[in-house]
Amino acid sequence: MKRKPKFMLPAKYVLLIMTGVCIAAMLICLMLNITGGPLNTVAGYVFVPMQKGINTVGSWAADKADHLKRLSDVMQDNEELQRQVDSLTAELNTIKLEQYELENLRELLELDQKYPSYDKVAANVIGKDGGNWFTNFTIDKGTDDGIETDMNVIAGSGLVGIVTDIGPNYAKVSAIINDTMSVSGMVTSTSDNLIVHGSLQQMNENMVIEFSNLNDKDHEVTVGDPVVTSYISDQYQQGILIGYISSMEMDANNLTKSGTITPAVDFEHIAEVLVILNKKQTAEE
Amino acid sequence: MRRKIVVFIIIIVCYLLQTTVFSIFRFASISPNLLIIVASAFGFMRGKKEGLWIGFFCGLLLDIWSGGVIGFYSLLYMYIGYFNGMFRKVFYPEDIKLPLLLIAGSDIACNMLIYLVMFLLRNRYHFNYYFLHLMLPELVYTMVMTIFLYFIILKINQRLEAIEKRSASKFV
Repeated sequence: MKRKPKFMLPAKYVLLIMTGVCIAAMLICLMLNITGGPLNTVAGYVFVPMQKGINTVGSWAADKADHLKRLSDVMQDNEELQRQVDSLTAELNTIKLEQYELENLRELLELDQKYPSYDKVAANVIGKDGGNWFTNFTIDKGTDDGIETDMNVIAGSGLVGIVTDIGPNYAKVSAIINDTMSVSGMVTSTSDNLIVHGSLQQMNENMVIEFSNLNDKDHEVTVGDPVVTSYISDQYQQGILIGYISSMEMDANNLTKSGTITPAVDFEHIAEVLVILNKKQTAEE
Repeated sequence: MRRKIVVFIIIIVCYLLQTTVFSIFRFASISPNLLIIVASAFGFMRGKKEGLWIGFFCGLLLDIWSGGVIGFYSLLYMYIGYFNGMFRKVFYPEDIKLPLLLIAGSDIACNMLIYLVMFLLRNRYHFNYYFLHLMLPELVYTMVMTIFLYFIILKINQRLEAIEKRSASKFV
């Protein structure tokens, strides 16, 4: 008995159909302003645990050592010495880990006292964006911990970015150094407003981001002045430190100034962040 | 079915490595593009159709996690898989020159298109800068990773083909 040959669509037609599907998906996303929806939730449940797993190999190792210790508790005297060595090593490892955690928590606490008026939740960074063009990352807290999109994210001593997308157990954060991001800022010394925008080139070359539209007629703003988020921003809470002005020059129009800002956060080594649970109040709400 | 599961696992492992391990071990803040290796390797090893589908799913994964528009990376990687599939006839497993060349070409093409769509259209004209500081390092890093990853994928593929051949000959 011969099996019926299966009908196969030629590759070029598959390509055409899938191209149509992709373009339709892009249009739908752009029109309805959604990103993924249910796909995101599913992906969240599949990938977040794995990313967490890979990232917590360190604590896993400590756990394993603990487990071994308990096991060797059962196996008694003849391995007494070995057991002691094991448990001591494990203990040492745990203590080192705990110390590391303690230091980090202390840092966070210090930061906590700087911005006392906002409710915050601490989260770990578990993954970065796949490509090299943008700085987005994934954190291990989501709607289950009360996080929503457009919430501000801070770390170390300043603003990191904003939550752009969310699932039950993860959230995606877009950093302010992204080429596509801009933040409305304010110089604390003179209360002058300016626009901060990320720049891939400036960030890679000099570790700075750009600002523009600073209206400073009396030349009171100097290099080194801190820049915080402005009260007129509709996405960012007021008064979060963005960075310090590192260079400045007059624009060609002779009215406004632009220049660069050194961010307060070390974006290369972000491991823990705080998400501010208060959202900026806007007129519609 | 077995092949689908294996390929799926390869894609997931590469994606996870790319976002976690290689994000930590960056050279000059550049991480290699492992998914492009997977997409184009399966393209020239298995032909246009499979390259197309594998590319599509690699891209979809990036889309879901980039937080942007769904479909952009899918489209890009799908075409990369498809075009690599055209080289199946001239592909010999023992020769590493063609795979290296194809993967390098794919990586550059992919980054060029990303630059065109996401940067040039927003008035970022310093192509030289982006080429020298982003595309080229990524290319070099990806090439280094290709040498390892390509042989792993090749071996897995040969294993799968051997199993498929055996089970196919059973039915005759």
